Amino acid sequence: MADQLLEIADLRIGATVYPPGEKPRDVTLVDGVSLTLEKGKVLGLIGESGAGKSTIGLSAAGYGRGGVRITGGTITVNGEDILANGQSGLRRLRGKTVCYVAQSAAAAFNPAHRLMDQVVEATLAHGVLDRASAEARAVELFAKLGLPDPEHFGQRYPHQVSGGQLQRAMTAMALCSEPDLIIFDEPTTALDVTTQIDVLAAIKDAIHDTGVGALYITHDLAVVAQVADHILVLRNGEAVEYGPTRDIIEQPKEDYTRALVSVRSIDHHARQPESQPLLDVDAVSARYSADLPPVLNQVSVQLSAGQTLAVVGESGSGKSTLARCITGLLPIESGDIRFAGQSLPKALKSRDKETLRQLQMVYQMADVAMNPRHTVATIIGRPLTFYFGLKGAARRKRVLELLDAIELGPEYYDRYPAELSGGQKQRVCIARALAAEPKLIICDEVTSALDPLVADGILKLLLRLQESAGVAYLFITHDLATVRAISDSIAVMLQGEVVRYGTHEQVLTAPFDDYTDLLLRSVPQMKLGWLEEAIDGRKMTGQDQ
Amino acid sequence: MKLPNNPLANIPIAALIGLILTTLFVVAAVFAPWIAPYSLSESVGDMWESSSAVHWLGTDNLGRDLFSRLLYGARTTMTIAALATALAFSLGSILGILAAVLGGWADQLMSRTIDLLMSIPTLIFALVVLSVMPSTTIILVLVMGILDSTRVYRIARAVAVDINVQDFVEAARLRGEGRVWIIFREILPNALSPLVAELGLRFIFAVLFLSSLSFLGLGVQPPEADWGSMVRENRQGIVFGVPAALIPAGAIALLAISVNLVADWVLRRTTDLKGGRSG
Repeated sequence: MADQLLEIADLRIGATVYPPGEKPRDVTLVDGVSLTLEKGKVLGLIGESGAGKSTIGLSAAGYGRGGVRITGGTITVNGEDILANGQSGLRRLRGKTVCYVAQSAAAAFNPAHRLMDQVVEATLAHGVLDRASAEARAVELFAKLGLPDPEHFGQRYPHQVSGGQLQRAMTAMALCSEPDLIIFDEPTTALDVTTQIDVLAAIKDAIHDTGVGALYITHDLAVVAQVADHILVLRNGEAVEYGPTRDIIEQPKEDYTRALVSVRSIDHHARQPESQPLLDVDAVSARYSADLPPVLNQVSVQLSAGQTLAVVGESGSGKSTLARCITGLLPIESGDIRFAGQSLPKALKSRDKETLRQLQMVYQMADVAMNPRHTVATIIGRPLTFYFGLKGAARRKRVLELLDAIELGPEYYDRYPAELSGGQKQRVCIARALAAEPKLIICDEVTSALDPLVADGILKLLLRLQESAGVAYLFITHDLATVRAISDSIAVMLQGEVVRYGTHEQVLTAPFDDYTDLLLRSVPQMKLGWLEEAIDGRKMTGQDQ
Repeated sequence: MKLPNNPLANIPIAALIGLILTTLFVVAAVFAPWIAPYSLSESVGDMWESSSAVHWLGTDNLGRDLFSRLLYGARTTMTIAALATALAFSLGSILGILAAVLGGWADQLMSRTIDLLMSIPTLIFALVVLSVMPSTTIILVLVMGILDSTRVYRIARAVAVDINVQDFVEAARLRGEGRVWIIFREILPNALSPLVAELGLRFIFAVLFLSSLSFLGLGVQPPEADWGSMVRENRQGIVFGVPAALIPAGAIALLAISVNLVADWVLRRTTDLKGGRSG
């Protein structure tokens, strides 16, 4: 077929791993995946981490990251086998016919060069255009992608523009040499939801206007549904389901796809707060240094025993700082935090062991929240010894009970954190917090680093544990879908202040204030045409400026 | 981390050579009185005899058996160096981690004091101290250990500052753990791999340092044998073409190389382990 832009047939990709102290062995990362992409169309590659989606995406440029080898199959771009012509053939291909947009633009740009030089670099290297026309094209693309002051945008350095702008600049870089195919590798994953929607819309328009074909790699089905014509669902290096976007979203055939589509449909009935709050944050202000502006400004929220308060906001809104103030890591400047009726001492040092025990914390990055040199038994068992003096067989029995509560078997007792998956690590962290039998657990973005299905499992576990142990959660997140799923009351934070606060129902029912409205509209929804609706909605309320 | 079934499997050839040589040195040092054909200080031949079946490596400037003295010297040199390194490590790493954990003024005070100590060249510092104090084994170990601990302190502090801000240390702090737990159970196990790699290097520096001191006459005192003082005693022989001074010097070099080969291997193994963990 002549109009076939990319054709991958029976692709096999492998790598050699070197486990310490064992013989090196070969592993298969991608096993017999085939796909085709027509000119000007977008194919979404979706799957969890380890599904092989980035590996397949990069293979379209003939590239294997860090020792990864293409061991079988063919990759054809514009009817030409790209693996046939060796390194020089690949060099002609990359940056000219096939371009790449990386997940973290902040890490992918060289901080020492101006944006313009980097955007036109590949175009000049391949001799597609001369410098003047390449720069003119770049300015045109900056304007098309909605970047501010497109004429002079290229004169800036990467640190002078925001993350969302940088991601768009990277898209401009990829489009500059007028390629036939662009590989987008999770281009919006690292961005806030309100920024993500802008970048997504810009990318979609640019793809549409330039008629370039694209592979769009992401773990978020709701995002890919907005831009892709077809979707390929991957799992463990194998294709699970392939079809037009509408079919995948509306009539998924495979169980795994169905699970992805229905993710976060947790059934939770919000409860009304009680008159006596467990945690009462009263007009708290805090700052990191006397000569810096306050990070928290007159924040007041309450949380009843056994309930969940979700604190939601973008990065930099002060939500994690609030957690640090409650735990005492950052002493508050003014205001009062009352816990179980008593005023909490400001500094961690002046709190007694009993107060510390009742207030536990679960972190975002489970792999750095556990000492890599301690076994699961030590990690969960230490609070038992420390707070309750449990030792020997009694301690072992309780650790096994806790492992059972987090749905892990006794075989995990002697494992090290490195031998657990991301979701299992987070479960162990939850067990460590539970071991102290606390009244309140602060959950700081506990599901943000996890794949949707795994995050779903963690949320369900947390809800179940709340019912059995009666523990209250202060749930810090930027993800409104999570908030919707588990909270009893909600506080929306913006620039260190609470802009909206109330019960689940009060906060999520119209009329909204501008910011909450913007946040709610920005959450990707699992339906076609959401992006256009959201953008139109924002234009109407004038929030796009 | 599961320990591999056989830790010596897949050992590189260089490390193997280092391991064998180091073991030989240690065996020689431990069993010196049984292996040595002659006693340490007995004159058994003429001055600077060349090597023969009776005296394998010849004799020294006083007609003592060089091979026997080399064995006893290994004992003195390696014992003092090992003790000094052990002292430097316990002192340096614990103080370094403590400084990182305490932070603020305590850290400033300790770090600047260490800077002050380090600004004086170690050899000169040691010479001054040893010219006032008697050169006994204990004083030697103390002086070398304390001076070397400043280097270990710097590394330990740098490593610990990084670990100290990790979430798992914060979690321990939120739990209410005391400093002893945080230093010995949270930070030390994670700081160990760079420190262990440094250990081999520091041991060699201690051997060289002791040899320098002995060569200058302020280290191990006669009639005790140590490699540095043996070089000193026999240095005039070089003028007459007698290689007696080169033999202890060669032993110092060989020990330095073999311990370093082992240290390199340990370093690579521990970093491999880290890669395996994060990946």
